[in-house]
Amino acid sequence: MELVAKARAGNRRALARLITLVEAGDAQAQTALAALYPYTGHAHIVGVTGAPGTGKSTLVTQMALHWRSLGRTVAVLAVDPTSPFSGGAILGDRIRMQALGGDSGCYIRSMASRGSLGGLSRATGDAVKVLDAAGFDIVIVETVGAGQAEVEIAREAHTVVVVEVPGMGDDIQAIKAGILEIADVFVVNKADREGVERTVRQLQMMLHLGSGEHRDGWEPPIVQTVSNTGKNIAEAAAAVERHLEHLKSNNLLELRERERIEREWKVIMRETLLRQLLQRLEPHVHEQLLKQMSERQLDPYAAANQAIESVLEFPQPPAPSPA
Amino acid sequence: MERPIRVLVAKPGLDGHDRGAKVIARALRDAGMEVIYTGLQQTPQMIVEAALQEDVDCIGLSILSGAHMTLLPKITTMLRENDGADILVVAGGIISDEDAAILRKDHGIAGIFGPGSSTHAIIDFIREHVERSSVEG
Repeated sequence: MELVAKARAGNRRALARLITLVEAGDAQAQTALAALYPYTGHAHIVGVTGAPGTGKSTLVTQMALHWRSLGRTVAVLAVDPTSPFSGGAILGDRIRMQALGGDSGCYIRSMASRGSLGGLSRATGDAVKVLDAAGFDIVIVETVGAGQAEVEIAREAHTVVVVEVPGMGDDIQAIKAGILEIADVFVVNKADREGVERTVRQLQMMLHLGSGEHRDGWEPPIVQTVSNTGKNIAEAAAAVERHLEHLKSNNLLELRERERIEREWKVIMRETLLRQLLQRLEPHVHEQLLKQMSERQLDPYAAANQAIESVLEFPQPPAPSPA
Repeated sequence: MERPIRVLVAKPGLDGHDRGAKVIARALRDAGMEVIYTGLQQTPQMIVEAALQEDVDCIGLSILSGAHMTLLPKITTMLRENDGADILVVAGGIISDEDAAILRKDHGIAGIFGPGSSTHAIIDFIREHVERSSVEG
């Protein structure tokens, strides 16, 4: 595909078009992904997540500037939420990223979440592939302002940075499940504010409350930054790089990639199967099952089985496989 | 599924009033468009670069400083030079009828909306004029 060759040669318009294309998720998108997939697998994918207003965009800008100063190329995917009512969105992350303009080694793209709830959009993973194939050394994915459960980024990124600020929540927040669990690096931003020691202490407590065993044998470092002034940005970036080294030197990177690919493959199979099943389902059967469910004559599980049986002839599975 | 129209809303030049731009951004959002808002005091280079990176269908420029005859043609010229001539450009702000005629005729500004323009008119204009060209390279 010509667009892929152009994007790999550094043509920005072609790169931008490719992302639009994979975002649309149609047949053309599949052709594009097939053409670029062989070139993927080289970028360090860094996720940055945290509550709205913690300074994610500014932190991303500063880290990108730092990596650029070391001669590394950086792409940023910034995800903001889509309105559940109009389907529109205001994507405002670029406002804080002005300093990255005019640099051919840096590319920024805003994405609307388009109805996905995990903090990313459905096509974020595919957009990452485009940027990876285009040859960027580091791809930073900034999630929508996250609450407690927007943890999808942990499945897409090699290294997850969770951004906190002083003075949010009491210590019970720190031991809840969810977003704090996925951090490979904690950044306590706006560290010139009151209460920073307490926030750091709570995070340390949370890290040491568990069994003492950390996931992948890596204890997430806690870095205190002030993004506005650039304070400790180099330390935050170094922590992110150390994490990748840790994954590499313990053969964990390959393992994570394998898990990610398998998960992605299964999601695609599920979506494809559902689409094909719905295409084959006779309209009158579709209608009848819906009616029976509405009238409470049939439960949704039984209706699902009936729909599947009406279109597919399953050979007997050889043996029950673990889910 | 039809993809949403993507619009870059930007304020070129030095004036610091972005209430109008924000009202437009919000109206376009409520009309189902994806609006990339880049904030105040943008140079033509910054606006064109952002528009190309974001692969937008339309650029909406809000300008109240009086510098429109310098800044707006610069933007459309740079778009043409960078393979972005297909992007629809509209502008709003304090622009006289004479200037508006010249900008439309000679400088590729497709639509100009002065004070008192309804957001519906702007939304309809963008919907009608955006080229929903194939994204094939």
